[in-house]
Amino acid sequence: MLQGTTRPGTTEITYRDAVREAIRDALLRDDNVFLMGEDVGRYGGCYAVSKGLLAEFGPERIRDTPLSESGFTGAGIGAAMAGMRPIVELMTVNFSLLALDQILNTAAAVRHMSGNQFGVPLVIRMATGAGRQLAAQHSHSLEGWYAHIPGIKVLAPATLEDARGMLWTALQDPDPVLIFENVMLYNMTGKLAADAGAVDIDKAVIRRPGRDISLITYGGSLWKTLEAANALAGENIEAEVIDLRSLRPLDDATVMASVVKTRRAVIVDEGWRSGSLAAEIGMRILEQAFWNLDAPVGRVCSEEVPIPYPRHLENAAIPQTAKIVAAAKAALSRS
Amino acid sequence: MTAATDKPHLSRAHALDLLKQMIRIRRFEDKCAELYTQENIRGFLHLYDGEEAVAVGVIPVLEKRDRIVATYREHGHALIRGVTMAAALAEMYGKQEGCSRGRGGSMHLFDQAMNFYGGNAIVGGGLPLSVGLALADHMQRNDIITACFFGEGAVAEGEFHESLNLAALWGLPVLFVCENNLYAMGTALVLSESETDIQRKAGCYQIASEAVDGMDVVAVEAAARRAVHTVRESGKPYFLECRTYRLRAHSMFDAQLYRDKAEVEAWRKKEPITRFQKWLEINNMIHPEEVTRIETEVAAEIAEAVAFAEAGTWEPVEHLTRFTYAERAAQAD
Repeated sequence: MLQGTTRPGTTEITYRDAVREAIRDALLRDDNVFLMGEDVGRYGGCYAVSKGLLAEFGPERIRDTPLSESGFTGAGIGAAMAGMRPIVELMTVNFSLLALDQILNTAAAVRHMSGNQFGVPLVIRMATGAGRQLAAQHSHSLEGWYAHIPGIKVLAPATLEDARGMLWTALQDPDPVLIFENVMLYNMTGKLAADAGAVDIDKAVIRRPGRDISLITYGGSLWKTLEAANALAGENIEAEVIDLRSLRPLDDATVMASVVKTRRAVIVDEGWRSGSLAAEIGMRILEQAFWNLDAPVGRVCSEEVPIPYPRHLENAAIPQTAKIVAAAKAALSRS
Repeated sequence: MTAATDKPHLSRAHALDLLKQMIRIRRFEDKCAELYTQENIRGFLHLYDGEEAVAVGVIPVLEKRDRIVATYREHGHALIRGVTMAAALAEMYGKQEGCSRGRGGSMHLFDQAMNFYGGNAIVGGGLPLSVGLALADHMQRNDIITACFFGEGAVAEGEFHESLNLAALWGLPVLFVCENNLYAMGTALVLSESETDIQRKAGCYQIASEAVDGMDVVAVEAAARRAVHTVRESGKPYFLECRTYRLRAHSMFDAQLYRDKAEVEAWRKKEPITRFQKWLEINNMIHPEEVTRIETEVAAEIAEAVAFAEAGTWEPVEHLTRFTYAERAAQAD
């Protein structure tokens, strides 16, 4: 699924393996790094990301926690303030709401309210997104909410390179970084360079160049959007696909350069439509590129409903390739 | 007073210092209240009137390397820890010479050099933070204790229970200091807790605990010595409940409809400064002129602090969004 062709020195790997390799590498490189969360150790991680790490690094650094999201997230904040480099795993974004107080009122605020005396170099990872029929308490995409908060950075690795490379950069960051891993990506396989390493965490990337319309997306929706772009190519529409990668800060420059070129934009975001990250991006396009537009900015978001359990309803609730194709065609006045 | 049994080596110099430190907090906050009515201090202002013996009894027992996490009623803790009165007051004025550059105000006094981690104004929010600080010290094999101050209102928060459990489960050197002043804002302890004997809750998490008369500075200090010694030796948490009372309103916006004046007056008779001073007089440990000297010194310190805060400067509005993120380049290698 990755762009580019197989090179020597690449290995076949899943997204899950790439995240695990990133964690393992960080643990090897820095004694102050440790992983903490529910079932990260003996269970091997709810999504099997940390499987095997306990045996290699021991229970001090692969630290199983009680079901105390606020408590252990706060503990990660304190440990980061005292010189450690914790990776806190919150099982899913829905559970992260139990830790929202610590993330918003402490992690994001301490540097500011202490007048720059204390920073929180903490990384928090969590699973996000629908598609596994986990219903209304395990399937939401709230990364856009987190992107609302000044003081933190919000990442959405969609590729194997980013799953492998964003963590180390995030750990070097002096401020809190939240990494959202879409659950539908964990089993994605592809080739990853054996020497893959750290990547930047503040630039959007054009995953597919095109001249007719900009499709702006991130995370799990990237692959559906690329599929939509393929379908559109069959109808002689060349869509440019932008992977935001970082949801906070947003890389306006890359987005605007693309929109100015294509003059049309559709944003694909698995968050609910109202008050979504897509709304923010759309507004920024209006603020910065309004006079370059040939059509209203379009959006494909989740429907305004808690994610339902039955597969056909779950599929209907979140962005799908056909919807993206339709939205792109609407922006191009094609049917 | 319990001094004769628990603290036999209470020297005169030490006793005078305890008295002076309590008077420093009291007079400083009296001035803060006045400056608040004059609108030099804005926002919320939570005063420690009546509770001074807790900070004065506990904090000097800690080493400089130890860490302190406090609440929004933290002026006393900051002063006793060594944050200058001038920097604290400038912070309350919102001046950039304040101990948090004026960004925090009364509820967010921070001082890195003093290992003073705020000034946390979400009730219970400081407890997980203290667990994390202690976790880092535990993992780095540092001989450092984290003292976490919180009110009895925090006991109702889930974070209280999560934090006690984590600290005990992982064997972390946290000294939990519950300042039980009987009211969470205006809600009496009996109206918010099914078990009002708070120190017993620590036992449920296998944490050693003790309750002490928080209006008796010598008793608090003696208990703090036992507590700090235990944490230092064991590396494990300890829970100290200081039973005290807030003589003033919760904040400056509080009409105190929830308690009788008679109750407040009854507690005022146990007020820690007068009580300790009388005890010192009865035991011939203090001369009236020494009290006068303390009052004079404290008045001078306050006057200096006011002058410093008044002379402080406003941060340029162009700096508004600074300190949201670190200002050095945040790129990886």
